[in-house]
Parts: sequence; structure tokens; C-alpha cells
Amino acid sequence: MGSILKLDRLSKAFGAVTVADALSYDVQQGEALGVIGPNGAGKTSMFNLITGTLSPNSGKVEFAGQNVTKWNAARRSHAGVARSFQVPQPFSGMTVFENAMIAATQSAGLHGHEAERFCLEVLEQTELLPKANVLAGSLTLLERKRLELTRALCAKPKLLLLDEIAGGLTEGECASLVQTIKDIHASGVTIIWIEHVVHALLEVVDRLIVIDFGKKIAEGEPHAIMNSPEVKEIYLGIEADA
Amino acid sequence: MDWLNAVVQGTLLGGLYALFAAGLSLIFGVMRLVNIGHGDLIVLAAYLGLTVTTATGMHPLFALIVVVPTMAVIGYVLQRGLLNQTLGDDLLPPLLVTFGLSVILQNGLLEIYSADPQKLEAGALETASFAVGGLNLGVLPVLTFAVAVAVIWGLQWTFYHTALGRAFRAVSDNQDIAQLMGLNRRHIFGVAMALALGVTAIAGILLGIRTSFDPSIGGGRLIFGFEAVIIGGLGNLWGTLAGGVILGVAQTVGAKIDPGWQVLSGHIAFLIILAIRPNGLFPRISA
Repeated sequence: MGSILKLDRLSKAFGAVTVADALSYDVQQGEALGVIGPNGAGKTSMFNLITGTLSPNSGKVEFAGQNVTKWNAARRSHAGVARSFQVPQPFSGMTVFENAMIAATQSAGLHGHEAERFCLEVLEQTELLPKANVLAGSLTLLERKRLELTRALCAKPKLLLLDEIAGGLTEGECASLVQTIKDIHASGVTIIWIEHVVHALLEVVDRLIVIDFGKKIAEGEPHAIMNSPEVKEIYLGIEADA
Repeated sequence: MDWLNAVVQGTLLGGLYALFAAGLSLIFGVMRLVNIGHGDLIVLAAYLGLTVTTATGMHPLFALIVVVPTMAVIGYVLQRGLLNQTLGDDLLPPLLVTFGLSVILQNGLLEIYSADPQKLEAGALETASFAVGGLNLGVLPVLTFAVAVAVIWGLQWTFYHTALGRAFRAVSDNQDIAQLMGLNRRHIFGVAMALALGVTAIAGILLGIRTSFDPSIGGGRLIFGFEAVIIGGLGNLWGTLAGGVILGVAQTVGAKIDPGWQVLSGHIAFLIILAIRPNGLFPRISA
């Protein structure tokens, strides 16, 4: 058990808009970390910085003990970083199975039958097996969210980043998705999960951080954090102490 | 019978146009790159064939063994060294750069090979023919058409049944997500261009056996290629073959009416189809 991800004073701004402001935290191997914060707080940008889609203005990203700040997205993917998107972005002209195969063959580096078998296992786990030969563009929202998860898992991630995967789902859909995520976590995958559906989040995560204006403003045990006055202020929409 | 003959000859000619177009269609499909230099690359392949056949005395069809890999390597290097740098949200830079490439290729060929028309000597193949139901078919046009069908079938199979094809489609669908899945798009684009120029090499050699060529004819081949792609519908390879055939038939039928109308009637057919079906006859269904 060591640190798998370490952000060190990571900063990123687009003109006057700061999306990451000296952001620092560690994620331990096997941990499930929850991230909350108001819309536009820089949560998704933080994921983009971790996956390498964005490069920071300053600061450092360490993954599995290596400084990956200068690595591109493809290389970080090979190293074991995978993510799902808030707005699902499947390869819509390809089937569900082919979507999974891209991650399994390119990111996880599997070949032939081994890759196919692995994809089928993951599809079984994410309950998409009956849809394997359907074009991804024709899936429902829940199925698309499950496909996001499938693709991320097919990459055999060491670190799985989930971006509001429970958003927009019904109660029942949400519960079954939470169960799937619990199983994934139990299998040893480290998870960072951004979520507005807090009750779903609290069922899975060991630790919570709160982000606002690109800054980490609170960190700790999930229930304690949710009850802290600072967080309540933000979620009630009251201007934080000026 | 004369009209039927014109249609059949036009269909076979369409095979050559489909070969001109297949490379264009492939690279547009994978990376949304419009290659203005494509016609000149076809001519370059014909000249490479000329160099190989004159240096070794090989039959031009055997020269393919050398010219196809050479063009493929040129394609990979060209893509990674130059064209990848031009790709982005703006369509203009690749247009300008490939236009510049076209000018450089034409002048380079002019410098090396002079403006004299050249031809690839293929011996008996050039004039051989056989009779089918009262029509005389040239062996070369039939061979060209068969090669076009085989190439398009091969590309289609690669696209839908191989890991490489899956990578092509993923990158074409969403480049950023493909990167996150561990695909190196610069490399994938390089491979796509290598494949496209491999096909271009075949087109160039068959062109050189069929007619004489000089460094200035690339532009015309580019137009035929574009027309075939657009008639067939962007991104659909079998559509590209159909587009080539329609163009070829329009040209031979036009020439039958009046020999001066050959090229013009092809363009007219293209304009009519563009007016009726702006997306081409068989556009790829996009989600």
C-alpha cells in the first residue's frame, strides 16, 4: 500500500479562469476517493490534468511513483489511468463490443482471443453483454454510462476516474451501478469519483475532498466533511466567508 | 451494341477512377484530410514505376513489388513529418500544405524527368483482348477493374475486421477519446497514409500502362478522384467504386455522342448528382 497518485501544487488557468489552484493531494493504492464541489469548480479539469488531456501551467502529477507530468494521454493510458466521461462519449459508429476492444487492445495491450474473452467478462460485469453487438450510438443513457465504465475497465486500469457516472439515472439504475462500482473497488482498483449524487458517492468512498474555484477547500472522512459548515455553505449557495 | 460497349468500357474505366479515389476516400475518412497533392502522388508513383522498369527491365506489374512499399514509406514519413502538424480544428492548413506539396511534386518531377510524355511498357498486356458476347474487352481494363474491386474489398475488410481497422474507426470517430484509450493518433494517421499511398501506387502503375503521362497531369486525376468520392458519398468505399463507375460510364457515353465531350460529360454527370444528392449516392450513415 503506497501512494498511487500524487498531485503536487498543480495549477491551470485559462486566461482569468482558474480551474486548478495549487491543487495537492495523495491517493493511496486501493483507496476510493470522492470529489465534490459546485459546478465549474474545476473537478472535470482536474481529471483532464490527471489523464493528460490538459497540461498544467505549473505543478506535478506523479502516478505509481513516476513523474508523468510531461506524458501524453495515450502513454498515461498505457500506464494504467482510465476514465469515464460525465457526458458519455462512445465511438458511436462502432458496436459496444468494438468499443470495449479498442480499450482492451490499445490501452491494456491484449491480443486476439485473450482480448475478446476479457471484453466479454467485463461486459458481463457491467451488464452490457446482451447489447454487445449493438451500435454504441443507439444505447440509452444508462447503457451509455455503463459503456463508459466498460471501456474504462477494459483498459485494465490501476486508477479509475469516474466523472458523474450516476448523474441523470433513476434510483434503481443508480443502485445497480453503485453495486457494480463497489465490486470493481473490491477487486483492488483505485477509484477517484466526482459525483453530485452524494448518497451514491458515500456508499463507496473512504475519503472525500471538496473543490471550489480549483482549490481544495476540505478533505477528510466523508460524513464529517458533508456536515462541515464550509461545505454546507457551498451547497446552500451562500457566499463563502469573504 | 455500340452503346452497350460504351457502358461496359466506361465501367471498366471506372475501376481506374475508383483506384484514384480510394486513397482520397481512406484518408478523408480516417483523418478528415483533403489531400490536394493526391493526383501528383499518383503521377509520382507512375514515375517511380518508370524508374524501376527502365533500371531493371522488369514488367511494370512486377515493379509494384518495389513501388507499393516505397510509396507506403513515403506516405508514413509524409504524414508524421509534415501533415500531422497541419491537422486541427481548421481545415485550411492541410489544404494549403497539400496544395504546396502538389506544386513541389510537379516541379520536382519536371526537373528530374522533363516534360516529355512517358509510358510504362507492358508488352502484350497493353493490347491483349478477348471477346465476350460480341464485345471486345481489353485484358488491361478488365484487370484494372478486378484490382479495384479487390483493393476496395481489402480496405473494407481491414476497416471492419481487423484491430487496425478498429483503430482507424475509433480515431475517426473521436480523436480525443481514442487518445485516452491509448491510441497514438499520429502513428495511426501515418499508417492510414501509408495504406492510402500503397493504393495510390497501384493506381499510378495502372495509369502509366494505360496511357502516357507527364508531370502536369496530376490535377486532372485529382479531379476524377474527388468526383468519384463525392458521387459515391464521403467515407463509403463501395460508394467510391460506384462513383468511379458512374464517372467512367458518363465519360465513355459522352465520348460516344461526340469525342470532344468525354471529360465534359463526366463533369456534367458529377454536377447533376451533386445537385440532386449533395451528400452523394451512398453517404455513410453517421450517428
